Parts: sequence; C-alpha cells; structure tokens
Amino acid sequence: MTSTPNEPLLRIRDLHKQFGHNEVLKGIDLDVFPGDRIAILGASGSGKSTLLRCINFMETPSSGTIEIAGQTIGTALPERLGKQERRYTETELTRVRQRAGMVFQQFNLFPHMSALDNVTEGLRTVQKMSREDAILKARAQLDRVGLSDKASEYPSRLSGGQKQRVAIARALAMEPELLLFDEPTSALDPELVGEVLRVIRALAQESRTILLVTHEIGFAYHFANRVLFIADGQIYESGTPAEVLKNPRKKRTQDFLARHNEFNF
Amino acid sequence: MDYPWNFASVFANSDALLVGAIGTLRIFLICLVSGLSLGLFVGLARYSTRRALYIPASAFVEFFRNTPVLVQILWFYFALPMLVPFEISPLMAASLGISLNSAAFSAEIYRGGIQSIDKGQWEGARALGMTTAQAMRRIVLPQALKRMLPAMTNRGIEIFKMSTLASAVSYAEMLQQGKLIASLDYNPIEVYTVIALAFFVFLFPLVQATYALERKLRRSD
Repeated sequence: MTSTPNEPLLRIRDLHKQFGHNEVLKGIDLDVFPGDRIAILGASGSGKSTLLRCINFMETPSSGTIEIAGQTIGTALPERLGKQERRYTETELTRVRQRAGMVFQQFNLFPHMSALDNVTEGLRTVQKMSREDAILKARAQLDRVGLSDKASEYPSRLSGGQKQRVAIARALAMEPELLLFDEPTSALDPELVGEVLRVIRALAQESRTILLVTHEIGFAYHFANRVLFIADGQIYESGTPAEVLKNPRKKRTQDFLARHNEFNF
Repeated sequence: MDYPWNFASVFANSDALLVGAIGTLRIFLICLVSGLSLGLFVGLARYSTRRALYIPASAFVEFFRNTPVLVQILWFYFALPMLVPFEISPLMAASLGISLNSAAFSAEIYRGGIQSIDKGQWEGARALGMTTAQAMRRIVLPQALKRMLPAMTNRGIEIFKMSTLASAVSYAEMLQQGKLIASLDYNPIEVYTVIALAFFVFLFPLVQATYALERKLRRSD
C-alpha cells in the first residue's frame, strides 16, 4: 500500500507516552509525507527517542493515534479517565514493524549469526522467503552498504561502523516504506561516524522516507528537509534546516545549538 | 592395612554389571531428554508474564526443587499406584522422580539464561517484524543455550549420578547390581570401587566433550 504524495505516509495525533508517573511525550502531532527526511533533535531525556520508538511500537503509546498510509494502528478501548487507550495485537504490530524499519544506536545485531545471516533472518523468518532468494537480496543490500566482502564475518569481528552498516542492510532488506534511525552514530568512534552517515545520505538521495534522531547537527542540516526540535515531550520548534538550525526563533533551541557549538573552532 | 583385594567375584559377575550399566544408561537417557525438555517449557512459563503460566510453573519448580528425589521416587513407586489404576514399574518411578526434579532445576537455568540476553536482541528481532515466539526461537534461545551449556553439563552429570537412586526401588542399574554382587562374597569394597570407577570412566570423557563443544560455540564471540 503506497500513499499519494499529498497524503501523509505517517500521521501522528496527540501522542502521549508515560513511564509510570513520568510523562515523556506530552501530545505530539506530526505528519510525515513520502520522501520526507526529518531530523529530530533535542537534549537527552527530551523524548526524541521515545517518539521514534512509538512509531514502530517498540514502546506502546499511552494514548493518541498513529496512522500509516491512512490506516490507524490498533483498536480503541473504552475511554477511561478521559484517556483514550488503544489495544494493539501482535499480528498487527509485526506488520507495522515490517513497514517501518529501525536502526538502533547499539546496532542490536544478532551475534550468533554472520553478517549475511543477520540480513537474511527477517526475510526467512518473517517474510518466509526461500533461502536462495533471501541470500540474493541480502547480498545486494550488503553490497549497497559496501560490505559484500564481510558477508561471512560474525558481528564480533566487525568494527562499530561496519556493524551499523550491516544493521542498515538488515533493515533495508525488509523493504520498509519508512526508515527510523535512533541515534545511529552515537555509539561510534568519531572516525567511524562518516561511513555510516554516507550510507544514510545515499538513502536520502533515493527519496526514501526517513526519520533520524541524531546529535550530528551538521549532518542534520545537509540531510533533512525538516528539522524537529523536541523539548519536554513536545515539538518545541520545527521548520526547514535553515530556519531551525541557522535562525532558531525560540530560546531553548538557541541555547541547545549554542551548547552544541561551544567547542567548535 | 593389608586388606587382601579380591576382584574375582566382581569379574565373575561382569555380565550382571553390564546389565546394570545398560539400566543406568537407560535411566540417564530417559531423564536427560525428558527432564531437560520439560524444563525448557517450565522455564519459558516461568519467564512468561501471564499468571496462568507463571504460577503453576513456579509451584512446580518450588515443589520439586525442595523435596528429595529419593522420597519422590519412593512416593511414585509405593504411593502413586494406590491412586492411579495402573502399575508403576521401578523404571517409571525412578524416571519420574529424576526427570521432574531435573526439569525443576533446569527450568531455573533456562529462565536465567533467557533473562541474561540483552534487551536489544529482543528489540532487534521485533523491529524486523518477528513475533515473540519467533524472537525467542531464532534469536534469544540460541544465544541463551550457549551461555547455559556449563550449567546444563552439571545437570547432565547430576542426572547420571542420580540414576543410582533407582536402586531404592530395586531397579537393575549399576548400584543395584553391585549390591547383589557384594552380597555374594561379602566384598563390598571391591564392588563399589569398580562401580565408582565405572561412573568416572563414563562421565569424564563426556564432560571433556562438552568442553570441546563450548570452545566450538565460542567461535562467534
């Protein structure tokens, strides 16, 4: 199912997420259109990762709706204490997660499998693809991230940058309509960040729909067509990279960017 | 101490010992397979968040962990036949006792092994669209089993040695046969020495083999 360009691929309405008494997301509204490249910035603890993780239901939203290509996920439960909760079945969520691929900060590669098997695993187990087809597809994805020569290596033998590129290949192999990157370079040594960002930039140039939570402000500026600055569980400021990153209007965005640029030379 | 060692009656009855060895192996294999596989299901139930699974599994573990195997075997042999309409053979009673006890202990090993796997592995699997069952079977359990191998080796050794408890219900395993041989010439020292050595000779290479397996599995680390 694909959506027309003027219909959002992802529509989030009044999304709340609470961990116990701690409300991390306090009502997020967001439309993501096909081909959007959205960089999500914010201080740690602002809720930016939680927002991303709610989109593929790694975290279950406390209330609010998430709609993918016009289809609202989950079924509404009877309203309780003014809160509209929803129930999500595993079957439905497994389908959503195939449409919204995720790349994690800590890679989360499967250490007991070679790089190639990491990429074929979802194709074989979830999409029930034949072994031959899965291997063909996985090799193509490893090739795209520049790792065809590492196919038979176990993750423990790969560098951080290589691991993250395998993780990207693993997500891409499932042919998701939406790619979610959760601080993909934050666990990497500085000299390995570039190889991962280059892969993400190449994906952006294929006009894929990407949401990226990052601390790499320079990359966000070049990569994104929209930037969201999250503070206190809300979208505090948003706009084009030039608007938000060059001429932020609001104080907390300005302070955040100033802190980030403190040691620039 | 100049005890005149005399192994004559032991060797004269080696065929009886062989019968015992086969009996021991039979109990070992039955209890190893049924104990460790039942333990997996109990361990998964113990890990479950569903109370309907968690509570009975926990009751099972606590009951069989905190009662002696020997008492269980005697109970299954002498008491259970009064409650059920069928015969309980010595082999059945011994296998039940040892298997259920091993299931209870191995369930805790499985649960601990599964819990030791990083949360990120679950997330990596679920993000690909795997169900919980698929993530468990394909991603978490294979890694957990590798970590559990040393503890499971211990369980296997325990099961092998616990087989001697079957002698309490006169099942013809090695110790039972040894007792019979010892009563012929009143030479328990020789008989029990031979039996102890026989256990060692069987178990030692088996344990070495599991070390080799551990080394092989460690290659991906």
